Amino acid sequence: MLSNPLLTVRQLACRRGDRVLFRELQFDLHAGQILWLRGRNGCGKTSLLRILAGLSPPEAGVVQQAGRPAYLAHSNALKDDLSVLESLQFLACLHGAPASAAACADGLRRVGLHDRRNAPVRTLSQGQRRRVALSRLFMQTAARVWILDEPFDALDSDAVTTLDHALQAHARTGGAVVLTSHLELTVHDPLPTRLQLDQLARA
Amino acid sequence: MSFRLFTFAAPVRFHALTGVLLPWLWAATLLLSAAGLYIGFFVAPTDATQGDAYRIIFIHVPAAWMSMLLYLVMAFWAVIGWAFKARLASMVARAVAPTGAMFTVVALWTGALWGQPTWGTWWVWDARLTSELILLFLYLGYMALVAAIDDTRRADQAGALLAAVGAVNVPIIYFSVRWWNTLHQGATIKATAAPSMASTMLCAMLLMTLAFWAYAFAVVFMRSRAIVLERERSADWVQALVKTTGDAA
Amino acid sequence: MNNVFMANVFVAVVLRDLRLAWRRRIDALLPVAFFVVAASLFPIGVGPEAQMLARIASGVVWVCALFAAMLSLGSMYAGDHADGTLEQMLLSPEPAWSVALAKALAHWLVTGLPLVAVTPLLCLLFGVPADALGMVTLTLLLGTPILSLLGGLGAALTLGLRSGAVLLILLILPLCIPALIFGTGAVAAVDAGQSAGGHLSLLGALLIFSVLGAPPATAAALRIATE
Repeated sequence: MLSNPLLTVRQLACRRGDRVLFRELQFDLHAGQILWLRGRNGCGKTSLLRILAGLSPPEAGVVQQAGRPAYLAHSNALKDDLSVLESLQFLACLHGAPASAAACADGLRRVGLHDRRNAPVRTLSQGQRRRVALSRLFMQTAARVWILDEPFDALDSDAVTTLDHALQAHARTGGAVVLTSHLELTVHDPLPTRLQLDQLARA
Repeated sequence: MSFRLFTFAAPVRFHALTGVLLPWLWAATLLLSAAGLYIGFFVAPTDATQGDAYRIIFIHVPAAWMSMLLYLVMAFWAVIGWAFKARLASMVARAVAPTGAMFTVVALWTGALWGQPTWGTWWVWDARLTSELILLFLYLGYMALVAAIDDTRRADQAGALLAAVGAVNVPIIYFSVRWWNTLHQGATIKATAAPSMASTMLCAMLLMTLAFWAYAFAVVFMRSRAIVLERERSADWVQALVKTTGDAA
Repeated sequence: MNNVFMANVFVAVVLRDLRLAWRRRIDALLPVAFFVVAASLFPIGVGPEAQMLARIASGVVWVCALFAAMLSLGSMYAGDHADGTLEQMLLSPEPAWSVALAKALAHWLVTGLPLVAVTPLLCLLFGVPADALGMVTLTLLLGTPILSLLGGLGAALTLGLRSGAVLLILLILPLCIPALIFGTGAVAAVDAGQSAGGHLSLLGALLIFSVLGAPPATAAALRIATE
């Protein structure tokens, strides 16, 4: 019972500077699927994620998806001079999620940072900032496709578990995920599909 | 006509076609400018009020026209390249910029040469010269921006946007500078007026304009060819070309 | 419902930028300090003769305001670009031109408006009579938003470039010349006892043109810069 894919990619080519990183890339992303994008450094994983998110136009080919994905980049999109709560409220507002102080405080509770909500982002560690970025992701409940660039970066084991559970829940409720991770994934249900970018779509 | 134009939109055909045209363009430049300068400097009558000094307008006015026209040409091709992802159009736009800037400098310099015997100073802030100066700033800004961006595609697109914004602003700037100039009329600055045109003068002006057009085509083609070769250097036809010229040398 | 959302994001961007400027308020006020220092150089440089100073005042004040407003433009998008906020802004359902307009408005509130507030003081230093003083302030009130809007376009075009700050100023200053001409022209009209209505209308038209034209162009430039 294969439903319509949430995301389809056909004949996709990506160029950076003078180099064509990959061409004729083709895949579908279905509801409940976690796609693990793999490949050596520089083969175009981040570039592909940015194309899927809609930030860069592809050199050739087409990406089709219904609705807006939620995108988590390498960087956290947090401002040093704002408090954690203020940063999260701004990001939530940007993406049309409930941006009230109460809703965002709840979001922070989920990643275990409720007690640091009034601290300036500047005072947080890398892992804590990543968790704030993740809580923004979790608040984008309207997005069915998640596009995550190294989401497990700098996370401690508790946070990894939280993220694993969130990925599972998202897949179970009909969402899909495309992510990169240089570490072995610990989420098992659904078992992630692997896409080896440097082998599948060689330039 | 448009179908024929598009077949030459491929860099390789452009390179071949311009290679054939270049000698003719240079020949046309030499002939037209020789004719124009001869008529302008020797045949056209001496002006009653300005004497022989006015003859510089046969270079000044065509250069000024070319400087304005080439900005629009540059903006046009840059926007075409951006909108239609036409690589060659972007390359041509970049090739036009230095020539347009050069004509602006020639217009300013000859404007100064014209002003000196007439008004006794090397520079006057009249509407025309001030507008030319601002146009030079716009050209330099475009060239600086595309030079500062390493990524070719981003440079082409940013340049196209800047050129389009500049093109839209050029009428506004010209209007405001004329306004400014009439406001400050009392400060003894009057536009250097061209003498009323005898037919020989018009003929010389026309010939020089055509000569500058031929020159502009020739130089822009030469520069575009160099840009094409550089950007398409990994293409087969370029490799073959380099090899054959290397063999011939 | 969509319109309410749009207003929310627009307001959120403005408030966020204002809040960030407040947390670095010394930095935010540096352009104003520059404005006063730079304008004060002119009497020192050209001599303190009162009549001449009064005559060059509107031009000097306008040009120094131009330079001062340009100083803080380099950082309009740089911080957001570096920490990834700009990408999130571009991914938002909110149209990018709305974000660009909000950023320009915030820049004007933080930099332009304080410059306008200090202008009467500077005019007094130059011995400008009262009615001309009011006109200088009014023209800058209309002109500084134009600088913020055009400056946003320049900042977006030069985003992330090494020589970005100076290049930005060189790109935008020629485009600001019409505003400079009409602004100082209005003051000259008042000085000559004539009506400044024509100049003010033209300046107002430039402002409207910039409000309508600059945000979409800035949005396009932001996309080009983040591709």
